Amino acid sequence: MKEYVLMKGNEAIAEAAILAGADAYFGYPITPQSEVLEYLMAEKPHERTGMVVLQAESEVAAINMVYGGAGCGRKVFTSSSSPGISLKQEGLSYIAGAELPCLVVNVVRAGPGLGTIQTAQSDYFQSVKGGGHGDYRLIVLAPASVQEMADFVGLGFDLAFKYRNPAMILTDGALGQMMEKVMFSEQQPRMTEFPEWATTGKSPGRERNIITSLDLDSAQQEKFNLKLQAKYRKMEEEEVRYELIDCQDAEYLLVAYGTSARICQKSVQLAREKGIKVGLLRPITLFPFPKKPLKDMAPNLKGILSVEMSAGQMVEDVLLAVNGRVRVEHFGRMGGMIPSPDEITGALENIFIKGTDHG
Amino acid sequence: MAENLKTQDIIKAENLVYSKTPVLTDNVMHYCPGCGHGTAHRLIAEVIEEMDIQADTIGIAPVGCSVLMYNYLDIDMQQAAHGRAPAIATAVKRLMPAKYVFTYQGDGDLAAIGTAETIHACNRGENIAIFFVNNGIYGMTGGQMAPTTLPNMKSSTSPYGRDVELMGNPLKITELVAQLPGTWYVTRQAVHTPSAVRKAKKAVRRAFENQKLKKGLSLIEIVSNCNSGWKMSPVQANAWMEENMLPFYPLGDIKLEGNLLAKE
Repeated sequence: MKEYVLMKGNEAIAEAAILAGADAYFGYPITPQSEVLEYLMAEKPHERTGMVVLQAESEVAAINMVYGGAGCGRKVFTSSSSPGISLKQEGLSYIAGAELPCLVVNVVRAGPGLGTIQTAQSDYFQSVKGGGHGDYRLIVLAPASVQEMADFVGLGFDLAFKYRNPAMILTDGALGQMMEKVMFSEQQPRMTEFPEWATTGKSPGRERNIITSLDLDSAQQEKFNLKLQAKYRKMEEEEVRYELIDCQDAEYLLVAYGTSARICQKSVQLAREKGIKVGLLRPITLFPFPKKPLKDMAPNLKGILSVEMSAGQMVEDVLLAVNGRVRVEHFGRMGGMIPSPDEITGALENIFIKGTDHG
Repeated sequence: MAENLKTQDIIKAENLVYSKTPVLTDNVMHYCPGCGHGTAHRLIAEVIEEMDIQADTIGIAPVGCSVLMYNYLDIDMQQAAHGRAPAIATAVKRLMPAKYVFTYQGDGDLAAIGTAETIHACNRGENIAIFFVNNGIYGMTGGQMAPTTLPNMKSSTSPYGRDVELMGNPLKITELVAQLPGTWYVTRQAVHTPSAVRKAKKAVRRAFENQKLKKGLSLIEIVSNCNSGWKMSPVQANAWMEENMLPFYPLGDIKLEGNLLAKE
């Protein structure tokens, strides 16, 4: 019988991965995501499903272990928080370049540098714009509840294998640490057959498989770059996910993901109590970004407020999406500070209605 | 002898004394004439053929001169980021414990940028083989100083010789990892003479066979010349290697069956 359990977001990710039939996890401790590795070690998934769990010597080693496991066609994942994700960028670039499927979880904390262990959303750029060297993209999923933290593990693996591309769950310290009810899906069996490109040992019947991102011939390398870009355009056509809340009659729109979207739901309610017609667009995929719904809604809006716990990163994608059709401003807190619903409603009023704040 | 043989006699199977192992592809190697990489590749390929493990072997290529190793060995291979091959091999082996897994790395890759991955794979006792080609220089990038460059040895980034006061000392990483409980077999070999090649091949074979024991990691260092980087002819480079490299990096087993060998 399926029932709800009360669990931390980080633990939900770990449990969901075991249930999704993941083959391996490689990680390194960092606050506020260490519960992923702790939960996996305590759960003994090698006994439950045969899953491999290994604490690596560094985030660099962990992401390269992911490369190795993904190269064998296995369902492998890692998790970390912002400074650790910075260290993984080299590996992510190689994984994208070698077209390997894998899942990376970033439980974001405030930066730059060591910053603080408190929650933030200031890793948007390094997640959706590439992050490492070269032209590449990650599939980026942004959960807004512990339930979605769990659900997006399976979704992330599915999309990663569908496109042979690394997928990232971009969440934050608040969602990682908070406890909520969550219902898990049934245990999926681990894979027994592996993709034809995987390095599983060259059986006599086939050519050898090579996992590499190297092509010294510029013309060939450009051809490969174009192939990657075509893949990213296909994602933009087929994989955009978002949620609309109270948008039917909205004159103003809040755009927010993750923890900020949770807070904005309350802000919408508070604003509507004051008679301001506000809606919320919550991007679920940050790459591909929901450009089209924003573009389509823009002519009917008086203003868009992009709300993010950062200095204003996602707002650039909102601006590109509406391309001048409507005024777009950013509101955010930084350094681990979480905005209150009132603060956001107040910012909306001050910027767009009273005009006392120019955004 | 040979002049009395006709072509049809020469090609008879009973007169065959040497052939290329089918585990090597027909691709023309890009290595400089006289470099040890070609011989080291061939030894690994021959052992894979002799043990009949072509379908069960996964190799990890490094960044450096041997980055394109996957063009030459007819086995499944992954190409690693610079220095990360032992981390990749760790995952491959843990996910497919019945397979034979090896990395092939140069001195800059293994002993500079990949030091952490090397030491921790060794210390965890991963059941893999590491083939470590040490030529005391960064070959592919044009002859810069490596972690294994000898004191006073010239390179493009130590043009007046390696000044250990300024640039630090060469790292004997093979002796270092032999101290770790996770290593089962640690040896230093060379491939510049026929007898050295025969000994090196035995070491390569042992490194593959050890994986069946699940006792820990085997690291085979192969001291090689880099005649291009050293700005010498292949013959001069081998002579220089014997006179200078081998006294500092002496050949022979360092650790056998998990036991450090006493120095003579």
